[in-house]
Amino acid sequence: MFEYAPAPESRAIVDLRPSYGLFIDGEFVDGEDLHKTINPATEEVLAEVTWAGEADVDRAVRAARTAYEQVWGPMPGRDRAKYLFRIARLVQERSRELAVLESLDNGKPIRESRDVDLPLVAAHFFYYAGWADKLPYAGFGPDPKPLGVAAQVIPWNFPLLMLAWKIAPALAAGNTVVLKPAETTPLTALLFAEICQQADLPAGVVNIVTGAGDTGRALVEHPGVDKVAFTGSTEVGKAIARAVAGTRKKLTLELGGKAANIVYDDAPIDQAVEGIVNGIFFNQGHVCCAGSRLLVQESVAGEVLESLKRRMARLRVGDPLDKNTDVGAINSADQLARIRELSDAGSAEGAQRWSPPCELPERGFWFAPTIFTGVTQAHRVAREEIFGPVLSVLTFRTPAEAVEKANNTPYGLSAGIWTDKGSRILWTADRLRAGVVWANTFNKFDPTSPFGGYKESGYGREGGRHGLEGYLNV
Amino acid sequence: MTATATSARSDLSELGRSETALRTFLHGLPGVDQVGAEQRAAQLGTRSIKTTAKAQAIDLAIRMVDLTTLEGADTPGKVRALAAKALRPDPADPSCPHVGAVCVYPAMVPYVAEVLAGSGVHLASVATAFPSGQAPLEVKLADVRAAVAAGADEIDMVINRGAFLAGRYGEVYDEIVATKQACGDAHLKVILETGELATYDNVRRASWLGMLAGGDFIKTSTGKVPVAATLPVTLVMLEAVRDFRAATGRQVGVKPAGGIKTTKDAIKYLVMVNETVGADWLDPDWFRFGASSLLNDLLMQRTKLTTGVYAGPDYFTLD
Repeated sequence: MFEYAPAPESRAIVDLRPSYGLFIDGEFVDGEDLHKTINPATEEVLAEVTWAGEADVDRAVRAARTAYEQVWGPMPGRDRAKYLFRIARLVQERSRELAVLESLDNGKPIRESRDVDLPLVAAHFFYYAGWADKLPYAGFGPDPKPLGVAAQVIPWNFPLLMLAWKIAPALAAGNTVVLKPAETTPLTALLFAEICQQADLPAGVVNIVTGAGDTGRALVEHPGVDKVAFTGSTEVGKAIARAVAGTRKKLTLELGGKAANIVYDDAPIDQAVEGIVNGIFFNQGHVCCAGSRLLVQESVAGEVLESLKRRMARLRVGDPLDKNTDVGAINSADQLARIRELSDAGSAEGAQRWSPPCELPERGFWFAPTIFTGVTQAHRVAREEIFGPVLSVLTFRTPAEAVEKANNTPYGLSAGIWTDKGSRILWTADRLRAGVVWANTFNKFDPTSPFGGYKESGYGREGGRHGLEGYLNV
Repeated sequence: MTATATSARSDLSELGRSETALRTFLHGLPGVDQVGAEQRAAQLGTRSIKTTAKAQAIDLAIRMVDLTTLEGADTPGKVRALAAKALRPDPADPSCPHVGAVCVYPAMVPYVAEVLAGSGVHLASVATAFPSGQAPLEVKLADVRAAVAAGADEIDMVINRGAFLAGRYGEVYDEIVATKQACGDAHLKVILETGELATYDNVRRASWLGMLAGGDFIKTSTGKVPVAATLPVTLVMLEAVRDFRAATGRQVGVKPAGGIKTTKDAIKYLVMVNETVGADWLDPDWFRFGASSLLNDLLMQRTKLTTGVYAGPDYFTLD
């Protein structure tokens, strides 16, 4: 046997302070309410961060308002672009440090934070930097205006990437922001605040208030914000929609998903299996657009499942900082409990559960890659978003049945189609009610491509030219 | 294929009897998505193989090298020197394993045979009008018989790419069958010359064709055309041998050849073997590297691991 020796990425590159304040008006401000943030792979405490209260949020929003009115709003687009380009370059220069910190705080494998998250973060800043002086040509009229202060609340699954998706277009369009990272993954946002200082970004343009649900509520309900952007659960998204209803605030929501990954009988099987694995086990399945429902044509179901199980047995689960790890730690104890609860429901409702033999570390939060076969549309594992490394396998007989099952969900964020036949890709994509449809690939992201949902997966688009609209007064 | 393994077992041997059956079978294999295959190969290339794993991989790679010289300028003296190096790649370190085989033109086989006799190092020879294969079948078979008679125990043949690309699969099949017969007890490696087949779908079909016709190994390239072995091509071939064994029970080896020059490259291939077909193929009987300059890089890295310092190129033999 060929056993890979441990190949840990060094964490010495990350210089963490014991505690962090809030980043308001260009400075770190000490707070009272300190909470620990831990490494989910070891439960080791990484640092303490401040949970912002209403008064802190108010100061951050006021700082953002002043910066918007006095500096950032009046600044010509080409000058805003210079700052964004500078931030993008600094992110690239410090990408290893950011990647290691992301893996420490989130639990995702370094291979992904290094090869996926960080390159995309830099790409988003570069991409929107390019738009800052070209807004009249974006298709929103000759002189589109920014909205003002944007309140942005982001999730824990791609902490820095979601920050980039939110901050880059907002700043390019001329808004200032107050951003709240998730309570379990605040650290890369705080390191990003240091990068803003390093880039000499004018004070108050970016404010970062760490905290949990109460901080987020105070932020989105603050009367001084003009725009609310949220990525997270459908439940919280609905609460935010209710909270901003009837106000002047513009709202974009990017919420949950239960994506269908459709494998037709003429699919390139080996690549489809890679796509299935990437669709559900990428980032431990903590992906809103994860391909969590595999719809496979009955005539090839046996072959596909056999290949899939063989491939899953090769997944390397363990230390997120090991460069050969494929699947890292579950982000929090709460999330692990939720995954366990839904998986147990899958077994109880009669679906067959399978995981490859794999040793999980004793400390930290871990869940083995899992598939459920014999799943029907009525099972909870086929309906509810698990947000973990758990795949439900369903079968279909005809293309029409595949589409019907794929669309039979309250969500509509993404979908995948695997077939060698181009016409079938187009036929299927036309009928899928999902914001993103991937053909013969999955979980492919690009800053030029708009991303967003149908139905309860939210509204508004992020990325691409379309991503500017949510931050312009149009 | 794998799901219907048992029912397919009896059918496959009959395929060669009819051109139509062969064509239907080969065109019925699942397609290969180019982007996906290349992405998977690139992803496997990011594995980090260090310390003990690296030492293990280097020794395994040395044992898998088909140390090759295929020049018009080859002489008895040159190939004898190469054979001597095959037996003791690192004169300074007796713990260094010997390579898998020496690979030469048929005319050079007798000289190599003298050196390798009884050593356990195999003697491979490229026959069948290598590298183009553009000679009458009788000439190609005579080439094979001569090489075997002179002492080669492995024959690397080239398939008839012209016939393959023209869709005359039966002709390609029959040539491989005839060559296998001419080999007698010698192992047959079937060179697909993937650089000339151009698409991964063709690589998969040619792999199956080579295996169905009785090849013991499928090999990527002659090393004589601009595109030789690549990781994605080798991935497609590894998937083919995996599926072929599942369908027929017979295990076939894989040999990427040409362009593999560094230890880093070789380790990427070993990682791919490990994660695509598993430990059963991590053996010189089932995986080989067709290479020449690769060996010295493996030796330099091996020395670096054991001594902690890089020795200069003058400390390694040039043959």
